[in-house]
Amino acid sequence: MTDASTGAIAIGGSAGAVQALLRLLPTLSADFPAPILIVVHVPPDRENALVPLFQGKCRIAVKEAEDKEPTTPGVAYFAPSDYHLLVEADGTLSLSSDELVNHSRPSIDVLFEAAADAFGGALTSIVLTGANHDGAQGLKAVAGAGGVALVQDPAGAYAAAMPTAAVEACPEARVMSLDAIAAYLAGLEAA
Amino acid sequence: MSAVVRDGVEDLEIGLLLEALFRRYHYDFRSYARASIKRRLVQARDQLGFSSISALQDSLLHEPTTLSRLLGYLTVQVSEMFRDPSYFRALREKVLPHLRTYPSLKVWVAGCSHGEELYSLAILFREEGLEERTIFYATDINPAALQAAEAGVYPLDQVKKFTANHQKSGGRSSLSDYYTADYGRAIFDKSLRSRVVFSDHSLVTDAVFGEMHLISCRNVLIYFDRALQDRAIGLLRDSLARKGFLGLGSKESLRFSAHAAAFLEFSREDKIYQRQDA
Repeated sequence: MTDASTGAIAIGGSAGAVQALLRLLPTLSADFPAPILIVVHVPPDRENALVPLFQGKCRIAVKEAEDKEPTTPGVAYFAPSDYHLLVEADGTLSLSSDELVNHSRPSIDVLFEAAADAFGGALTSIVLTGANHDGAQGLKAVAGAGGVALVQDPAGAYAAAMPTAAVEACPEARVMSLDAIAAYLAGLEAA
Repeated sequence: MSAVVRDGVEDLEIGLLLEALFRRYHYDFRSYARASIKRRLVQARDQLGFSSISALQDSLLHEPTTLSRLLGYLTVQVSEMFRDPSYFRALREKVLPHLRTYPSLKVWVAGCSHGEELYSLAILFREEGLEERTIFYATDINPAALQAAEAGVYPLDQVKKFTANHQKSGGRSSLSDYYTADYGRAIFDKSLRSRVVFSDHSLVTDAVFGEMHLISCRNVLIYFDRALQDRAIGLLRDSLARKGFLGLGSKESLRFSAHAAAFLEFSREDKIYQRQDA
């Protein structure tokens, strides 16, 4: 079980994010100390092909998030297509079919804002490459609640709009290359 | 640190507002999944122009019109006709052959919101020649949503999606047979609701709704916490006839429920369950 003391990682991205995640997630060891909650924008009609794609390449467990599922450290949970992913204060996951946010469902803002509420200063949120502004307001909420805000360097991103908007909304966010983000996560394992 | 303290106050305000809503108006959202309800209340606070959740609560207690405005946020349910076409295809191909053996049928759309699912089922049953022997019950807790369901009017720009879904569900007719277009709206034929009973009903606070052959309750239970889910699923089970069918949303499951043993996984991938009695 996860709670505010073990913390969590929340990651959001859109265009190019699958490739970015393929650089990040396989670097994590099986006993990574926190759960990883992930929203990637995918067309709503396409069934979630992300989980099988990552399962074969990662040492951490990878699965689709289920409603009311307790989270566990060392597991990556992908939001299912066409549902928002939220997390409750006790670390369990919630899904919702509320209206689109930033033209997206799942929305990164929805995940980040719920996770900021649930985990406060024990949350690390990462905005990756993407071609829209989802995630910017959520990242601001994460930083406002005392969490760590990281943004993929727009200069190296496949699509710069999303990380650029995130830095504008959340100036205290740290801008990092993918390699630096991977090193940061590895540092959490050592701690 | 101040942000964390402020959040603590907001959580307290939310708990108090939900308590006030229940004690004043008997709408019980206290056991809804909290992250989602908080998001909706914050949205209501901002869009209705209140400075705090407490200010919203004050208005809720003293201004009768605030209740309906707030309910619009708390029960907001967006749907589409024939959402998840494979669900409707499974009903058509797997469930209806069973239902066809009954001389009369009762179908309940629990949490019908604006009626998209209800009209989808009415069209499906008409296409399959079962409408004449069926009574549909469409229930929701929000009176405004029930009115919208009864009106059966949707923005025309959504109809393209509805039409594609209907075709993918195995539709035997053209969706355009069932509505007339008028000033950007699609007005669905009133004959589709000639066998529909619209009613106010809460899965949280109301009782069994009897002897249904099919209950469709999709993307309603995900808004409940685990304990309330169990209560609602028990109510749904008790509302089903023997061997009656229950359809849930594509990401809902009875797997974690205390009532799992009361149901057979009739079509696992489509989230269609069948009541089984020991």
